[in-house]
Formats: sequence, C-alpha cells, structure tokens
Amino acid sequence: MTKSTKEHTTDWLMVFPALTFVAVFSLYPAMDSFVLSLYSDFPGPERSFVGFGHYAELLQDPVAHQAFIVTLGFVLFSTALELLMGTGIALVVHERFRGRGWVRAAVLIPWAIPTVVASQMWRFLLNDQYGAINAILFGDRINAYVPWLADPWTAFGAIVLADVWKTSSFTGLLVLAGLQVIPEETYDAARVDGATAWQRFRHITLPLLKPALLTALLFRTIDAFRVFDLVFVITQGGPGDATQVIQFYGYKTLFTEGRVGYGTTISVTVFVAMAILSLFYVRTVGSKLLQRKPA
Amino acid sequence: MMHRPILLGGILLAVLGSLCPFLWFVLTSFKSQIQVEAIPPTWWPDGSLVFYASALFEHRLLHYVRNSVTVAGSATVIALIAATPAAYALARLRLPGKTWILGGLLCVAMFPPIVIAGPVWQILERLGGLNTHWGLVLPYVSLTLPLAVWILTTFFHELPIELEEAARIDGCTTWQALYKIMLPLAAPGLFTAAILTFIYAWNEFFFALLILTDPERQTLPVGIALFQGEFIMPWGEIAAASVIATLPLIILVLLFQRGIINGLSAGAVKK
Repeated sequence: MTKSTKEHTTDWLMVFPALTFVAVFSLYPAMDSFVLSLYSDFPGPERSFVGFGHYAELLQDPVAHQAFIVTLGFVLFSTALELLMGTGIALVVHERFRGRGWVRAAVLIPWAIPTVVASQMWRFLLNDQYGAINAILFGDRINAYVPWLADPWTAFGAIVLADVWKTSSFTGLLVLAGLQVIPEETYDAARVDGATAWQRFRHITLPLLKPALLTALLFRTIDAFRVFDLVFVITQGGPGDATQVIQFYGYKTLFTEGRVGYGTTISVTVFVAMAILSLFYVRTVGSKLLQRKPA
Repeated sequence: MMHRPILLGGILLAVLGSLCPFLWFVLTSFKSQIQVEAIPPTWWPDGSLVFYASALFEHRLLHYVRNSVTVAGSATVIALIAATPAAYALARLRLPGKTWILGGLLCVAMFPPIVIAGPVWQILERLGGLNTHWGLVLPYVSLTLPLAVWILTTFFHELPIELEEAARIDGCTTWQALYKIMLPLAAPGLFTAAILTFIYAWNEFFFALLILTDPERQTLPVGIALFQGEFIMPWGEIAAASVIATLPLIILVLLFQRGIINGLSAGAVKK
C-alpha cells in the first residue's frame, strides 16, 4: 500500500516545527559562528575577511592555552570521579530494600538543584571565615582556617568537587539503567559456581556494564566541556586565571570585550576539541567493547 | 546481593553526601545575621525568618520567581507542542532518513552553548528579542527539543501498534490517530518530558545571563548568581533565595522520581 501525497505532507508537517526551531536556534548559529570567526572583530563597515587569522592568534594566546588546559583538567578529573561515584550510587540504589524510592529521590536532589544555587552553596561552604568545611576540619582553631578559593589548586578542586557533588547522581542513573538490563540468572549461575561478591562484580557486572559506562563517560565529557555556571559563581575564573575554563574565556571575549571574530574562534575551537575527544572515546573504548564480547 | 552492612553504609553515605551540603544552606537561611557571621559557625539556627523577609521584600525575589515561572512554563509548553508530533512521526511513520534526524538531534543537543551564543544573540537583536522573555524562551525551546523528542519517541515506540492500526482502519487521519489514541496512552511520557524541560529551563543560567540584562526581567538563577549586598556578601539572603528557588524542584523530584529516572535514561540506553 503506497501512501498518498497528502499523507506524506502530513508526516513532514509533524516534524517541521521541531526541526525549524532546532535549525534556526542551534544549527544555523553554530555554522554562523564559524563564518563569523573568519572575519575581523567588530561589526560595521570596517569588518573584513581575515581567513584563519584569528585561529593563528589563538595558537599564540597564552591565556587561551591556559584555559584549554584548565578545561581539559576539569573534564578529566570530574568525569573520572563522577563515573566512580556514579557506579557506587547505582550499585546501591539497584539493590532491593525498603524505602529505596526515597533513597533514589534523595540522591537525585543534587541533580535537580540549579547549578547556580549549588555554586553559591559550595562557595559558602568553602568560605574562609564562615564556611562549614573549615569548621568541620579545624573546629575552634580559627588560625588554621584555609582560604580554599584563594589558592589556585584548591580553587580548581572546589570547582571539581561542586561538579562531582551535583552530577554524580546523573551518572549513577545512566549506570543504573545498564545494571537493570543484566539478567538476574547470570548471577545465580555464578553463585552456584561459588563466585564471591567481588568476583561476580569483577567478572559479570563490570564487563556487562561497559556500554552504559561508555555512554555515561561520553555524556559527562561533553557536558563537562561546557562548564560555566560553577566558574562564574564560585571563582570568576580566579585566582589569577587558575580556574578560567574555556567557555568562561569565550564568554568574556565575546560578550564583555565584544570581540566577535576572536570570541567565535574560541567557541568553534571548543566545539572541535569536544568533538575530537568524543570521537576518540567512541573509537577506542567503543571498538574495544565491540571486539571483546563479555563472557 | 550485597552484604547487608556494606549496603547500609552505602545508603547512608549516598543519602548524607547528597543532602548534607544543601541542608546546611537550609539551616543558614533560618539563622540571624549574627549567627551567619559567627566564627566558628553555629550549627543550629534561631529559626529566624529575617533573611526570607529581606530576600522577598528588599531584594524583590518574587519578581524573579514570576519571571522564572513565565519563562520555564512557556518554554515547556511550546517545546512539548513541537516535540509531540515530531516524536510521533519519528516513532511511527515511514519518514525517509528518520534515524539521521534522531541522530542529528542528539548531536545538536551536545553543542556547547558558547558555540551558538553569539549568533543567537545577533538573531534576537534583529528580532527585538533581547531583554524579553520570549527572546529567552525561543532558544530554550530549541535547546530542550532534542531531549523531549527522544523521550517521547521511546515512549511512542513502546505503545502497541495494533491500537493505532485499528484506528486507521476505522478512518482516523494521522493527526486523529495521534491526538485521540496515542496521546492519552503516552501521557506518562509527556509528563516526564514536561518535567525535564521545566527543570532545564528553570535552572538555565548562561543564556539567561546573556539575554536578560534588565533586573526587572531576570530569572532566578541570574538573580541568585548576581546577588549583591551593599557592604558584605548577603549569605543569609542568598541561602533563603536558594531554598525558595530549589523548593519546587525538590517537590518534583520527590513526587516523580520514577518518571524522571526513566526519562533521563531514555535517550541513553534504549536505542
């Protein structure tokens, strides 16, 4: 039975509004960013085509280099810790126990809290005078209180900590979905064969969980590349440029300084870097997954 | 499965780790100014409501709440109106290249906001949408559509196709099949997509910061991020405002935990 032309039109009409929105407000802007990055900075009659001039400038820009390194460090540390914590959370809330729904809800709360709120919260927790962290660590010994956000390393750690607290539960959900598709019988068989809990985890759960872990790794990597809110609120990129991530640098160049050409060059480069890292993960981790079928 | 003591420890660690940092902020919001500035900090609050009063009346928090409700509410409604027929078509109809469309949507959802920020700002400037709520709603719809379409597509996929075939044999058009038969059945999916879209729009900060520069129109995250006191950081007021901004989300999570968990993993696992 072939469809009438009228029905075909209906089919397309159904996807049309959604695709139009995405085309106008995501796809076109992304392409336009690339075009804008090839022109000189300020719009107006003096605007001229500079080719890849801004990209050459980016290669020489020490602030941009620093921002890329900070971003990469943030991506690596936060995703690694979130995978670890997320797997732990998933293993716990996958178990059957009374009140599991409440525990799942409690674990989800950091994910639901607005990032800006979570940022202000950690900024206050880490406050050098009134913060709870110093009080817990040092109690009455006020002289020992540490100004966490004034030191480059601990400030970087603070950004990572806030992100791990906020997003581990999301990673946990993705891992949980992976756990739920592992058939119960696999474990029964292993138990009959006398496998310990650790052996069952190591040789059944972990291999079967790899696709879910890869998905979580990809999602988190892509998302960690866009970190902005945490940095804006907690450190403003400081102290110095120690926590200035690339999205924050791009934001300042583009909107505070109004350098359209160079700002879009930074943003296009972020995009390309992110795409390369994602592809790398899919190619290396992903193809290993396909080759080594879990027993 | 797990040893009981290990499981118990895990539960305790997960729950306390998730809740304690925020609980301290909640406690802070009920303190007095003297308590907030105490060194070392006092743990238990007086139960004073001064910070709530100050946040609501001096810092005009209700303004921000109203702006957030308007923006997040409209973005959710529009995103769902656009996403539902699209998801239905992608799940059920023989559109050429529909796997490409779904894959493309997933890719678009991954764009770093900074990549689209400049041109989006320019488009809105030309349309006169800067500093307006609709100017923020438009990009929000575009940014939440991919997730909404994915969630709804998985939902439509799982519904039995027979129901719909019966409807078509009885002479329903494609639209009628969607609105009369499929939509009521997909209500849980719609609901999940709506909650996730709403949470996204309620929490979004980057575009809100760029597009809304007039304090009269700013949303809660912008208000909370730019909270300024005259002389000192108004931690008590920030804590009170944060609790108010977070309360609706905590209620949503407590009520719809199951739907949220299913929806979030829909795009990721059930391909």
